[in-house]
Amino acid sequence: MKAHGTIRSAFEKGGRFERLWPLVDAAETFFFRLPVRTAGGTHVRDAYDLKRMMMIVVLALFPSMAFGTYNVGYQFYASAGITAGHLECLLKGLWVVVPLYAVTFAVGGFWEVLFALVRGEEINEGFFVTGALIPLIMPPTIPLWQLALAVSFGVVLGKELFGGTGMNIFNPALVSRAFLFFAYPKSISGAGVWTLTGGTVVDAYTMATPLHLGIEPKGEIIAHLSASGFDFWRMFTGLEPGSIGETSVIAILIGAILLVATGVGSWRIIVSVFAGGAAMALVCNAFAPSPANVMALPAHYHFVMGGFAFGAVFMATDPVSAAGTNAGKYVYGFLIGVLTVLVRALNPAYPEGMMLAILFMNLFAPLIDFVVVRLNMRRRRLRAAG
Amino acid sequence: MAVDKKIFLSPINENNPITTQVLGICSALAVTSQLKPSIVMGLAVIAVVALSNLITSFMREYIPQKVRIIVEMTVVASLVILVDQILKAYAYQMSKQLSVFVGLIITNCIVLGRIEAFSMGNRPVPSLVDGLGNGLGYALILFIVGFFRELFGFGKILGYQVLPESLYAAGYENNGLMVLAPGAFIILALIIWLQRTISGYREE
Repeated sequence: MKAHGTIRSAFEKGGRFERLWPLVDAAETFFFRLPVRTAGGTHVRDAYDLKRMMMIVVLALFPSMAFGTYNVGYQFYASAGITAGHLECLLKGLWVVVPLYAVTFAVGGFWEVLFALVRGEEINEGFFVTGALIPLIMPPTIPLWQLALAVSFGVVLGKELFGGTGMNIFNPALVSRAFLFFAYPKSISGAGVWTLTGGTVVDAYTMATPLHLGIEPKGEIIAHLSASGFDFWRMFTGLEPGSIGETSVIAILIGAILLVATGVGSWRIIVSVFAGGAAMALVCNAFAPSPANVMALPAHYHFVMGGFAFGAVFMATDPVSAAGTNAGKYVYGFLIGVLTVLVRALNPAYPEGMMLAILFMNLFAPLIDFVVVRLNMRRRRLRAAG
Repeated sequence: MAVDKKIFLSPINENNPITTQVLGICSALAVTSQLKPSIVMGLAVIAVVALSNLITSFMREYIPQKVRIIVEMTVVASLVILVDQILKAYAYQMSKQLSVFVGLIITNCIVLGRIEAFSMGNRPVPSLVDGLGNGLGYALILFIVGFFRELFGFGKILGYQVLPESLYAAGYENNGLMVLAPGAFIILALIIWLQRTISGYREE
């Protein structure tokens, strides 16, 4: 401890390694309590800070992470036609998911530390959640170098460019995914990338995601999906190909309960995303040309397919990029749901619309808040006048 | 008469028409997916800005204030048509590739901006230098954007494959984002970021 004290002074202001102070600060707050105490009267009644908030999100993600890992292995053995035990599935999944996390945190951490050092700021926990999210919204087959580029893009251009954690307009994890989506579309769209295979795929196995199958259904859409093995309950539990963390609605719901119970995630946004999706699905159903069309897909199917639930619970609720006012949150969430179903139903080139819908509404969140505040001011002015 | 060196150098770096004044963005996005059209476009704009600056400077004493924009546009339009015809005559393929964007130089804010801001109030020689400087400042950014977009979007420079086949065999892929217009926006933003970090320039 004594050595720690003497070394520490070299990094303080005026010391020899002043520029490296953020590193010491980060290690210190991680291992010890803060040496800084507030002088004078304080009004904080709880040690609730950014770090604890971030850790709750990571905890809430854990069920999806665990199930996603298992599912990667499960799909691997299913595609090869091998019956494998639960442990084997999990180990195979870990074999894929652990490198994805390692690359994400190594690359993201590098940029975080670099920017903190250059700007002389504290290294903050902002990347924990982004880093935990990114591998979960990737297909299991994503090449590691593309993942590294995407993480760099998301962290540097999605966040640091705007001034760092809390200043970003867009959700950095989704910026990473959008980068891959436009830069290397072959790696993150189409029917072939959502399952890790060992080379040969048995005939009985469907490589495409349920959403992809929905584009051109042969016959009635629900019957077509369940003929391929994707009935409602299977998609609800999550044993289907897809992005690693998005498949299991059960796991996502467990996370959602934790987020809402602790107040970290806004239930207003989550509920309104589902409401918007349901409303738009009903409209599409009314205008569907035939039951054999993606427009005929009922709302509860939309909820369990693709990234709808995952996006609603973990992406749309990002407090930085979402609308901040309560009324604004309803509008923001509702429009995300509407846009997602709209893209899914009307644009066959994009079977999934969740990512683009959330990014699009991120852009409009400040405008929504502005309008809400203005309307409130006008209402109060009228009340005062009348 | 000695011309102040600053008139030429300032628009190339700290007062660059694209990165500082943020003018002429439209064509910077439209033609820069490869290096070659970027170079041709850059040269075309240099010619138009420099010559229109020179001509309007000669005429500046005789142009009535109220109709000056019309006169300026006539000069610019004539020059743009001249450039367009020359390209059609000597570089037909390139002219087709650049399509309407050569004609659209007429609407490039840099051209009219320099006439209004500089040549209408300065003698011909400094006006010519100012036009050359601004044209070059614009062209330079186009070259950089075009270079990186072609390198990462196609793996080529000026149509020649520069990224080796072995890289592709190892799993490398061309970046599709660079081929799209947002790719140009992103590179442009990075250039602006870099330049403003070095110069410390802040938007008011």
